[in-house]
Amino acid sequence: MKPRQQRMLAVGLALVGIAIAAGLTLRAFQDNMMFFVEISDAVAGNHPKARNFRIGGLVVDGSVQREEGSMDIHFEVTDTACSLPVVYSGVLPDLFREGQGVVAHGRLEEDGVFHAEKILAKHDEEYMAPEVAESIAKHVQDKTAAVPKQGPECGSNDS
Amino acid sequence: MIPEIGQFSLILALMLAIAQGVLPLLGAHRDDATMMVAGRSAAMGQFLFVAVSFACLTWAFLNSDFSVLYVANHSQLSLPTMYKVSAVWGAHEGSLLMWILLLSAWTVAVAKFSKGLPQAFSSRVIGVLGLLSVGFLLFALLTSNPFDRLVPPPADGGDLNPLLQDPGLAIHPPLLYIGYVGFSVAFAFAIAAMISGDLDQRWAKWTRPWTTVAWMFLTLGIAIGSWWAYYELGWGGWWFWDPVENASFMPWLIGTALIHSLAVTERRGLFKSWTLLLAITAFSLSLLGTFLVRSGIIVSVHAFATDPTRGFFILSFLAVVVIGALILYAWRAPSLDSDAGFSLLSRETFLLLNNVLLVVAAALVLIGTLSPLVIELLNGGKISIGPPWFNIAFIVPMLPLIVLLGLGMHTMWRVQAKETWFNPLKIPALIAVVLGIVVPWIFYGRITVLLAAGCIAGFWIIGSSLVLPIRSLLREKGAAGITRSALGMSIAHLGMGLFVIGVTIVSAFNHESDQALRQGGTVEVAGYEFELRELRDVQGPNYSAIEGLVEIRKDGDYVGTLRPQKRQYLVQKNWMTEAGIHVDWNKDLFVALGDQIGEGAWSVRIQYKPMIRFIWFGALIMALGGLIAVTDKRYRSKEPVAPKKSKGKGGRKRKVAAEGAQ
Repeated sequence: MKPRQQRMLAVGLALVGIAIAAGLTLRAFQDNMMFFVEISDAVAGNHPKARNFRIGGLVVDGSVQREEGSMDIHFEVTDTACSLPVVYSGVLPDLFREGQGVVAHGRLEEDGVFHAEKILAKHDEEYMAPEVAESIAKHVQDKTAAVPKQGPECGSNDS
Repeated sequence: MIPEIGQFSLILALMLAIAQGVLPLLGAHRDDATMMVAGRSAAMGQFLFVAVSFACLTWAFLNSDFSVLYVANHSQLSLPTMYKVSAVWGAHEGSLLMWILLLSAWTVAVAKFSKGLPQAFSSRVIGVLGLLSVGFLLFALLTSNPFDRLVPPPADGGDLNPLLQDPGLAIHPPLLYIGYVGFSVAFAFAIAAMISGDLDQRWAKWTRPWTTVAWMFLTLGIAIGSWWAYYELGWGGWWFWDPVENASFMPWLIGTALIHSLAVTERRGLFKSWTLLLAITAFSLSLLGTFLVRSGIIVSVHAFATDPTRGFFILSFLAVVVIGALILYAWRAPSLDSDAGFSLLSRETFLLLNNVLLVVAAALVLIGTLSPLVIELLNGGKISIGPPWFNIAFIVPMLPLIVLLGLGMHTMWRVQAKETWFNPLKIPALIAVVLGIVVPWIFYGRITVLLAAGCIAGFWIIGSSLVLPIRSLLREKGAAGITRSALGMSIAHLGMGLFVIGVTIVSAFNHESDQALRQGGTVEVAGYEFELRELRDVQGPNYSAIEGLVEIRKDGDYVGTLRPQKRQYLVQKNWMTEAGIHVDWNKDLFVALGDQIGEGAWSVRIQYKPMIRFIWFGALIMALGGLIAVTDKRYRSKEPVAPKKSKGKGGRKRKVAAEGAQ
């Protein structure tokens, strides 16, 4: 083979390799995409079924409850319009606190409880994940109303 | 007063940077030696004034001058002195000032060590660096002035983020920035070559050591960042595919490709335009990283408090740099073709594949990092891409890269005879296959295909990297020894092998367990017993803490005692976890206190991390390889400056046959 043909062959092989790699990774991409769902949408049932997604909001004051001596922790997360009960088992991040922003990865089970596999609280107190800040800003109607509304009103507040 | 001096110095530095950006470029164009020399002086002056400015900010921190807003926000009276200094670069404004300082320091280094280069060329390099300085100085002065005053000054400052009060984080940003900024030198060399339209093998020889040094610092910076994240932030993870980590990793990947492509350009005069493109890309990705970190556009644990004007400025700067460089490239690159040939089995082919795979890897990381942004802009919803995707996507180009790496090191330039090619590699290949299967099986009791592939790959690189050094040791004295270049290459690749082993073993065999633990209670993880013997209160200089005393035993034998802490910093009232880590060459045992969960129990995270030290040790060895390579003789020899004629077409053939010389 002449050098030129050899090079063409090499380029061809490289392209085939890249095509295979691209195909593989795109497939995996679909499976690893995780959507951010606003609490109000999740409560209304507009969330991906049977797969993980992310939620974010503020930890409701006074909602954090532990079973004594157990690793399970229950709390509620709110976007100020609706709130969603969350259960998590494990060690919480340092900046997890009532009234602070939080992001959770997990899935919403039939029991209406969000089973979190991962809890993220950011390392900077001033910093809030943009999607959480946006979601909260959208739902804040009365800044003084610290207690989120529950029940039927919740869905209708959805803008 | 002192902060005003700092501010004023920064403005003077901007004036000098403008002079440094304009005069030498103009001088080189008009062949005016006075103007070209003036550029160097301007560069020195710029460095001096930036240094004064940096010193002023440091002074403000050391003296707790809370009338300076930046100091008031990021320092505090009882902050230990060491962290008062590192707080200078602990947030956006100061770290930008450090970036500028390092850029001007690199420029001065270029001015000093480029005496052997043609004057017009080195002047253009300094000019381009001056223009970059102008961009960053404007960024600082217009959007991020570290000397802004706060009236009236508060009695005490808001304290440095406790996470940043750590020796690892004190040195991580400077190292990383030296690397990032260092790629601007490679970029400036590329632009200078394109302006003059004269790019030969000497160009690659001049560019190489600068690129290698930048790469070396970036390697160290990333490794230390990963190490810090592991013990301070990450609850035991060492890499999270966080957008900002990716932002540092993409320039690293492209920089690695650039180093290899420069080798081909220097040795054989090939891949010229490709090398230029990589030099442009490496620096552009450094800028992109800066944009991602400082605009807050992407969700990340690293994100600075955000300000849209900053993001806009950096994005505009990025656009000017990238578009400008690419236009120049489109104009000049076609004339750079080289018709030197190489056969399919040659080192050139392997280095080409190296480049393709590294670029693919960088592209995948880029896709994973930016796709959430793109999908959101297209109204596809807010998504995030999980680490599992990156792990899979990254292995795809990396495994072939590793296999080819071992082969490529032992392949000749131009053409390699097939018959003798694999001979020196038979033994390393055999050893790699045996060890790769036996080691995980015997020591960790399990083997899978992917695990074996990772281990074989790691041992394969280690083995084939040792062939050259061992051979040169065994040869009689006085015989052709190994060059520093080749030794550096072997050692850097050896580091890569150690890294691969570390990653493979720790991913396969790490144990992680969140447990409830009472005082006096014991849990077992990975065959080790962890007993929480005692909990007590401890006072630090600016925090109070609860410290656990955890004794580790294996089969009843004492292994060690860990003291994990839960700290509360007095000013910001933040709780911080300080993990207790038992370090051994082949494993880490990691204990972190979680929360008090009632009934006298604590939630505790316990981890067993086999071979994790190899990850950072491997990176250290890689950087060491880079250091050895740049001390090669040929970078020090001051060739007489030839007139712009040697076009590199077979004219300057080096002793390419010398086996292993890179």
